[in-house]
Amino acid sequence: MTTTAGQADVVVGSTTSGKGDREGRGVATTAHIALILWSLLVILPLIWTLLSSFKSTQEILGNPLSLPSKLRFGNYANAWTTAGIGQYFLNTVIVVGSALVLVMVLGAMCAYVLARFQFFGNRVIYYSMLAGLTFPVFLAIVPLFFVLKNFGLLNTLPGLIITYVAFALPFTVFFLHSFFKALPGEVYEAAQIDGAGEWRSFFSVMLPMARPGMASVAIFNFLGLWNQFLLPVALNTNSNNYVLSQGMASFASQAGYAVDFGALFAAVVITVAPVLVVYIFFQRQLQVSVTAGGVK
Amino acid sequence: MTTTQDVVPGDGPKRSVTRRRRPLTFDRVSFMVVFLGLPLAIFLIFVISPFVQALYYSLTDWSGFSSGMNFVGFDNYVKLFHDDIFLRAVRNNVELAIVVPLVTIVLSLTLATLVTVGGSGTGTVRGLRNSGYYRIVSFFPYVIPAIVIGLIWAQVFTPGSGILDAVLSKIGLSQFANYAWLGDARTAMPASMFVMIWGGVGFYMVLFIAAIRGIDPEVFEAARIDGAGRFRTAIFLTVPLIRDNVQTAYIYLGIAALDAFVYMQALNPGGGPQNSTLVMPQQLFTTAFTKGQFGYSTAMGVILAAVTMLFALLVFLVNRLTGGSERKVKVRR
Repeated sequence: MTTTAGQADVVVGSTTSGKGDREGRGVATTAHIALILWSLLVILPLIWTLLSSFKSTQEILGNPLSLPSKLRFGNYANAWTTAGIGQYFLNTVIVVGSALVLVMVLGAMCAYVLARFQFFGNRVIYYSMLAGLTFPVFLAIVPLFFVLKNFGLLNTLPGLIITYVAFALPFTVFFLHSFFKALPGEVYEAAQIDGAGEWRSFFSVMLPMARPGMASVAIFNFLGLWNQFLLPVALNTNSNNYVLSQGMASFASQAGYAVDFGALFAAVVITVAPVLVVYIFFQRQLQVSVTAGGVK
Repeated sequence: MTTTQDVVPGDGPKRSVTRRRRPLTFDRVSFMVVFLGLPLAIFLIFVISPFVQALYYSLTDWSGFSSGMNFVGFDNYVKLFHDDIFLRAVRNNVELAIVVPLVTIVLSLTLATLVTVGGSGTGTVRGLRNSGYYRIVSFFPYVIPAIVIGLIWAQVFTPGSGILDAVLSKIGLSQFANYAWLGDARTAMPASMFVMIWGGVGFYMVLFIAAIRGIDPEVFEAARIDGAGRFRTAIFLTVPLIRDNVQTAYIYLGIAALDAFVYMQALNPGGGPQNSTLVMPQQLFTTAFTKGQFGYSTAMGVILAAVTMLFALLVFLVNRLTGGSERKVKVRR
């Protein structure tokens, strides 16, 4: 990177086209090299993981650089059934799917009310949401354990879902708040004059207008919930109810040499591939959404 | 703000007075109960109440499953300040919060700059051609769960079967043929930091690219005409113009580094050789869910929260004192 910097510094006020052109190209080449190096650093471990997922445990332990002698899809079967990744995958889809729908609906409703209605306590609620966003979950984890226990929700999927919803809510509300605030009031008035009640006004008029914001938040929330690790590890210790992230961790930490390494790599691929493929297809929209959330 | 209990659609002063008092129809009442009451109830029960309870529990000797819970004042905190293992964890977290954000931001800013102004040509400042691929690939780690990133790298670092040692010995560095990167107290922490940085750069690179593209191109033109080179432009023009984004990134990354639980659980679940990678959240988790010392562990949580707040405040202050704008930072998880 320093070479780029040094070289770039030379291109000062390059009005004489010939020299500037050459140096500009030099900068571009250096930039390409730096970026290629970083891309390789990102992608090589992933390719190695993919290759290893087709190897036998002996091959993996024997020579890490070798290619698989043949494509052992059996590793995937082992990961899916024996290691329980299939069950974890299903649990994750249920938990993340339900939590995502719930938090989007509840969050949009709450943000809408906070953004467009004045009432006593509005500010207090808004700032307590902000506080809920700032404090680390670790501060709440022990009392949360007992709250769930008292409700009989500990180690259950519904318990996990409602906790996911609760902790994703502040971000959702906070982000959508500004969206609903910016919507034109005239449309709401028109709906009211046309006889729509508050429910109709929200679901048929206001919510559809907030769709771009909803999409961004939904993507953020999906990735956040899909990655969630602490909440399930602390609150969902029944191995039948494991979600992928904690199932992966427990699979990897299974005592010593008994680990089926081929299946472990296959499990990693199973976990990573779906989201990665979706990302590659929708990368433009996704990056736009993500930057919309981050740059503001 | 009105102080009445009535629900009034608030949209500025132009709203007519007649609208201020609306009949409390079933539609309106049910709307408020469901739209505000339901989310708020969930939020209060599962987020706010645990936070408040934690403050109280941290002042007790509660060990969870036993019924006794005595108020012990600040004993837990005093004990924490003499707990060598916890203090080691605090130190590790602080190290992480200094190194990880700094390196991640420098690296992602550099890459973002290369993508946006690295293009050849002398006239206008152009972005690098075909840089879309780099952006897509660099962003990969963001869509991979942190626990999986940790597990992949734990395999990469494994002596014997890991690819890192194999590559290093292949290119002649045979002293690394069987080197345990995560098992040696000297390298465990740097290796863990590297993994966290690897996981963060892509996201911030994309963020900074968007921020740099948001700058008026005429600013770059002017700098170019005035004879500023690309390097000088990047340091003295780009960075000050996107300093709010940098501040936001610094806070997010710092908060993530003060947590670091997921990465460390994946790389060295036990805290690493001689506790060299032990972080506060790990120690909190073990104290609570393995040892059952709930009062003591919530005190750790309070310290963790305090350190997090302190860090955010520090970043704000530094940015302010060095002439940053007063714009508020949006907090994202």
